[in-house]
Amino acid sequence: MSMPFYVSPEQLMKDRADYARKGIARGRSLVALECTAGVVIVAENPSRTLFKISEIYDRIAFAGVGKYNEFQSLKIGGVRLADLKGYQYSPEDVTANSLANAYAQTLGQVFTHEMKPYEVEILVASVGATPEEPDELFHILYDGTVMDEEGYTVLGGQAEAVAEALAAEYQPGLDLGAAVRLGAKVLGADHDASPPADQLEVALLDRARPERAFRRIKGEELETLLSDS
Amino acid sequence: MTTPEPTWALPMQLGALDPGPSFVDLLRRVAPDHLSGAAGTSAGPPFEITHGTTVVAIRFAGGVVMAGDRRATAGYTIANRRIEKVLPADEHSGIAIAGAAGPAVEMARLFQVQLRHYEKVEGEGLSLEGKANQLAQMVRANLPAAMQGFVVVPLFAGYDRRRDCGRVFSFDAAGGKYEEADFQANGSGGVHARNWIKSGWVETLAADQAIALAIRSLFAAADEDVATGGPDLVRGIYPNVALIDAEGFRSMDDDEVATRAQALLGGAERGGNETTGGEPRVEGGAE
Repeated sequence: MSMPFYVSPEQLMKDRADYARKGIARGRSLVALECTAGVVIVAENPSRTLFKISEIYDRIAFAGVGKYNEFQSLKIGGVRLADLKGYQYSPEDVTANSLANAYAQTLGQVFTHEMKPYEVEILVASVGATPEEPDELFHILYDGTVMDEEGYTVLGGQAEAVAEALAAEYQPGLDLGAAVRLGAKVLGADHDASPPADQLEVALLDRARPERAFRRIKGEELETLLSDS
Repeated sequence: MTTPEPTWALPMQLGALDPGPSFVDLLRRVAPDHLSGAAGTSAGPPFEITHGTTVVAIRFAGGVVMAGDRRATAGYTIANRRIEKVLPADEHSGIAIAGAAGPAVEMARLFQVQLRHYEKVEGEGLSLEGKANQLAQMVRANLPAAMQGFVVVPLFAGYDRRRDCGRVFSFDAAGGKYEEADFQANGSGGVHARNWIKSGWVETLAADQAIALAIRSLFAAADEDVATGGPDLVRGIYPNVALIDAEGFRSMDDDEVATRAQALLGGAERGGNETTGGEPRVEGGAE
């Protein structure tokens, strides 16, 4: 019987992390910003049908970058968990916090126990119904690391450079148009030119909408918002 | 087959029995206790069941009006004076419940989650026909309970955005689904309401006229049926009314229904015949 090669745990984890990071770096970035209208999520996505951003529950949205089939099944898991909880208890008991924890558990499990880690980074965002009620942005990594972000967050391959550009210009209290334009701009070439509207996927967790806050911003509305200044 | 899993775990890949976009199948898979079912005997319940009574749905040129009285009864007792029987199913459709109130309310809640769940998982909502079929399956799943006396017979109506028209569906206790041409009424006072609507319905009905017809038909039902609640002027209780058109489902607020209902009160209930545009034929006529 042949002996398997010894690989130290440090090396094993590092290899897995490198593998996941490489997969994520191939994809494009995504940003989320808090603004007066709610939470805006902007992604570069040429597809009109394969979405990176989706609705999870009344006031909670999900976004993922990396491998499509993997974040898609994470999204479905989240929708299921949220709907089960909302049905068994009450819609008020469905929180972004507990969803983020479930995601962290699952991604952590997959990272250490499965053949290959997920090549994804995800965002769980929720919007407060009033300006006093805080918005929440949970940024979750491929290994289950959770970061509770304030104001804005960036997911994906060029996250550092995009975050730097965003940090330079972001300020609390932006209106919807300014937030969409800023989000689009930092995703573009040299973080200074918005990609055309048909290359963007934009969604808003609308603070003012009762019950279901999630809506997509597309077509004419998006073009108007992008061209205003 | 139905191994309950801890509900905090992310139900992502459930193998060969993956429920897909169906919330009901998901519930059956992870929390079967939450699906109501028969108790296991064929005898009726040894207590009075709370019943919701009369509901109506009327198609008009631009959509559908749904309405229901506010009374729930348990035998000869009034169980609830302000029950709401007309509920939104989603943005463009509504469900009106009649029959055993407990299972009916629960069915409506499950139906709401099911429609929304499908939409979120699939990225696109069901067609109106698809929604009606989903509800038919839920009514059918309730058949064992119906055999024990817990009959639920909802009305489902909505605005079909693919065909640009309002549509009305009714169901029987066995899960049969029937599309109605123009209107339907259900529950203990349903026959009286239906007859009233039949005598006043025309193809060219406008929304306001359909609302008036719906309210009047419930008054007519309350006049003949003890289990249907009439307008309660003392407590200010009037029917629930919802309007569903291209803009979506809107519940009419209580004050507006009260105003409309009071304007209709001078009619048939006071003189027996509505021949003078809502004015009673004989002042202070037979009550």
